[in-house]
Amino acid sequence: MDIITRIRKANFLGRGGANFSTAKKWEMFKNEKMDKKYIICNASEGEPDVFKDEYLIANFPEEIINGIKIALDFFSNSQAYIYLRKDLYLKFGLKLKKIIKKEKIKLFKETGGYLCGEETTLISSMEHQRREPKIKPPYPLQKGLKGKPTLINNVETFYYISKIAKQEYKKTRFYCISKDAKKQGVFELPIDWSVKKILQKTKNYPEYDFFVQVGGGACGKIVFGKELNKSVCGTGAIIVYNVKQDLIKLMQKWVNFYINENCGKCVPCREGFYRIREILNSKKIDWKLLKDILEVMKETSLCGLGTSAPTAFLSLMEMMKYR
Amino acid sequence: MPKIINIKINNKKIKAQEGDTILETAYKAGIEIPHLCFHPDTEVKANCRVCVVEIKGRKDLPTSCSTKIEEGMEIKTESSRVAKARKINLELIFSEHIEKCGTCPMNFNCKLLNYAKKYNLKITRFKDRKKNRKVYKFGNAVELDSSQCIDCRNCVDICEQQGVGFLKLKNKGHKIEVVPVDDGKHDCVYCGQCAVHCPVTAIQEQLNYNEIEKDLKNKKNKILVAQIAPSIRTSIGEMFNLPYGKIMTGQLISSLRALGFDYVFDVNFGADVTTIVEAEELAERLKNKNFVLPMFTSCCPAWVKFVEFYYPEFIPNLTTSRSPHIHLAGIIKTYWAKKIKVDPKKIVVVSIMPCTAKKYESSRKELWLNNRPLVDSVLTTRELGYLLHKHKIDLTKIKPTKSDNPLGEHSGAGAIYGASGGVMESALRTAMFLLNKEKLKSINFKQIRGQQGIKKAEVKVGNRNLKLAVSNGLGNAKKILEELKQNPREYDYVEIMACPGGCIGGGGQPIPTTPLQRIKRAESLYQIDKKKKIREAHKNQEAKKAMSWLKKDKKLASQILHTKYHKKNKPEGFKIL
Repeated sequence: MDIITRIRKANFLGRGGANFSTAKKWEMFKNEKMDKKYIICNASEGEPDVFKDEYLIANFPEEIINGIKIALDFFSNSQAYIYLRKDLYLKFGLKLKKIIKKEKIKLFKETGGYLCGEETTLISSMEHQRREPKIKPPYPLQKGLKGKPTLINNVETFYYISKIAKQEYKKTRFYCISKDAKKQGVFELPIDWSVKKILQKTKNYPEYDFFVQVGGGACGKIVFGKELNKSVCGTGAIIVYNVKQDLIKLMQKWVNFYINENCGKCVPCREGFYRIREILNSKKIDWKLLKDILEVMKETSLCGLGTSAPTAFLSLMEMMKYR
Repeated sequence: MPKIINIKINNKKIKAQEGDTILETAYKAGIEIPHLCFHPDTEVKANCRVCVVEIKGRKDLPTSCSTKIEEGMEIKTESSRVAKARKINLELIFSEHIEKCGTCPMNFNCKLLNYAKKYNLKITRFKDRKKNRKVYKFGNAVELDSSQCIDCRNCVDICEQQGVGFLKLKNKGHKIEVVPVDDGKHDCVYCGQCAVHCPVTAIQEQLNYNEIEKDLKNKKNKILVAQIAPSIRTSIGEMFNLPYGKIMTGQLISSLRALGFDYVFDVNFGADVTTIVEAEELAERLKNKNFVLPMFTSCCPAWVKFVEFYYPEFIPNLTTSRSPHIHLAGIIKTYWAKKIKVDPKKIVVVSIMPCTAKKYESSRKELWLNNRPLVDSVLTTRELGYLLHKHKIDLTKIKPTKSDNPLGEHSGAGAIYGASGGVMESALRTAMFLLNKEKLKSINFKQIRGQQGIKKAEVKVGNRNLKLAVSNGLGNAKKILEELKQNPREYDYVEIMACPGGCIGGGGQPIPTTPLQRIKRAESLYQIDKKKKIREAHKNQEAKKAMSWLKKDKKLASQILHTKYHKKNKPEGFKIL
């Protein structure tokens, strides 16, 4: 049984946030005909309150590199990179190099910020261009680094590729629980557990009134009440907030993050965040306008940053209305 | 043959070409989708997000400029979702653009204002956020007003394509800004391609219409003379919603008279002079082995500056002939002034040009006479269109008149100067006559016509094969120059125009200027040539008369007909306001 069949049988979805079928991605990559192909392990985790990739690199570097090696062996004429966030490069670079030895794996120190986690921006940054997303299609799988087919998978995905190859994969994933939770940290637990169950089993279920943000750090959806019975998607982040949290301040925190991290290429994202900050900082918030901008940003932005960022704001506003 | 596929746009069934984008398909079907950053001359950037559409089965609203059509696709270009998104994105764009409509040359042809009306925009919904942004002046020709920029990047892209690379992006997010490069290695050549590709005139020509308006209002003993460039007669109509390429020579002349000009001359006459001077020089260079070959045309001032700054080693290759409007102005202020017994100091010559670099050219002291400029002022096609609208002169209704004589007559050769290849074709018609002294079988040199960026041909002159290269767009010029660095004898005669398609695609032309518009404008110029009785410059009797009058005074003739070039060691750079 080849590795793609194994991944398919495991129903494995990528852990970078988009929940795309890894088997399908690998199949498509395999079918690209080209003399040279690139494999990139994306280790540029950049959202606030998300730190599971860092945890994996610190604790299981052999497993991750083994996952990359499996890919290198499987795809002929391929060359691999680990694209590392700057601080991770400084902290773990040497250790990783020792494990890699002579394999065709190189480390690449990230050159920019949060947006470099976005696949096409990551490639732009590796090509020393402006760190901005490109129009898709063509997708990196077809035309990526240096114009060659490029497979980009997240750190956790490569970790589990190794596990799948060894037949040790038990349908788990890594959750990172943070903020007002009592026992913050990274936990490996079944993929189908609900948020509620995860919080209970990790002794993080609060005694106070709370809501959580799941999936991403700043772009995750706000979840409370009955919805806590659903499982976690995206990057596996669970951020617990005390309901007494100042909600406007929370939105301001997000917008300040995005205003620094957006590239400025497309109108809804560049101008949208600027205006959202302006609205949130004003004495009387124009909720209707705020919602309009967020919806248009979600529907018309060029890359994943612009289309996913509004989720947090819109779901928080839903909750405010509900309460 | 491209495959034909079936799609629906706004419930209308359309047979469309596979590989086309939604925007292209809609355009071909006569459906207009609003857009700002899209321009067929640049790569699709999809950053303004105005051309978004709704596609059945898709959650988001993709941009039509970057999305290719697929079999069975059902597209809505004006659904309520689309309208809402487009409205917000346009209002956000307006918040970047400080409206300076009162003085804007595109005021009567403004895309933004049209959209504002169509979508009932609240253009002041958001506070202007770029109030304190700077204005950068490039020479006396072009300026970038950062407070009006909508960050579409067309200017940066086109400047890069021109091989100039004078504009770059600074910062990111909402702090992103287009700024000139200040590294000592790049300099603006004033071609104005940035301006003609800017959808909101944030980059534009430095305006001179104000001074002209003042002069026209208060003439104070002055004689005001307008001279019209070859190419603008086939483009100005577009500013009055006429079909692309419509020939408006007579109306253009009448409208200038209606504005108050005392005389209107045709630069096509000047072009005939230029042709004769250039053809004589070519013949001489070919006969005398000590002369430098290939000879380059030099009537495009942006190209001249490009050579002087980026490739000074090629300065000896440039023909010493002055350019058509400088030639004509020189003749106006000497020969004609004498003829009508007027002190040349009283004559104000205003050139109406498709070009921003002509503003710079006329300020170059090498092209002055007795420490005074020959051309006093240059207006772009856009500036003139604006003045006509402002003074309620309707180009479409005015009765055509002829240009003034004797400096108004011209040959067909002069007419085609505005199209890429036209200058060389004109010069060849005369050079062949000079070298062969026999009648040419055909005076049409079709190999060097058309919109391709680089055209190559060989023609037989006597027993010699003349190797020709014609290029338009400075990016292509660069390729020719690099080729010549490798093999200096690759060509004998080279025509370069800085702008795509030549002057018909000039930096001062109406906005937009697209490949289709350039084709139509050029076709009309060749129509004018075809219909002319006299089609060779050396058969223009009035031009010859003026030139032989000049040649009586050798020094004067040399001053009026020829010029010199200088290596530019340092960039002229920019000034910040």
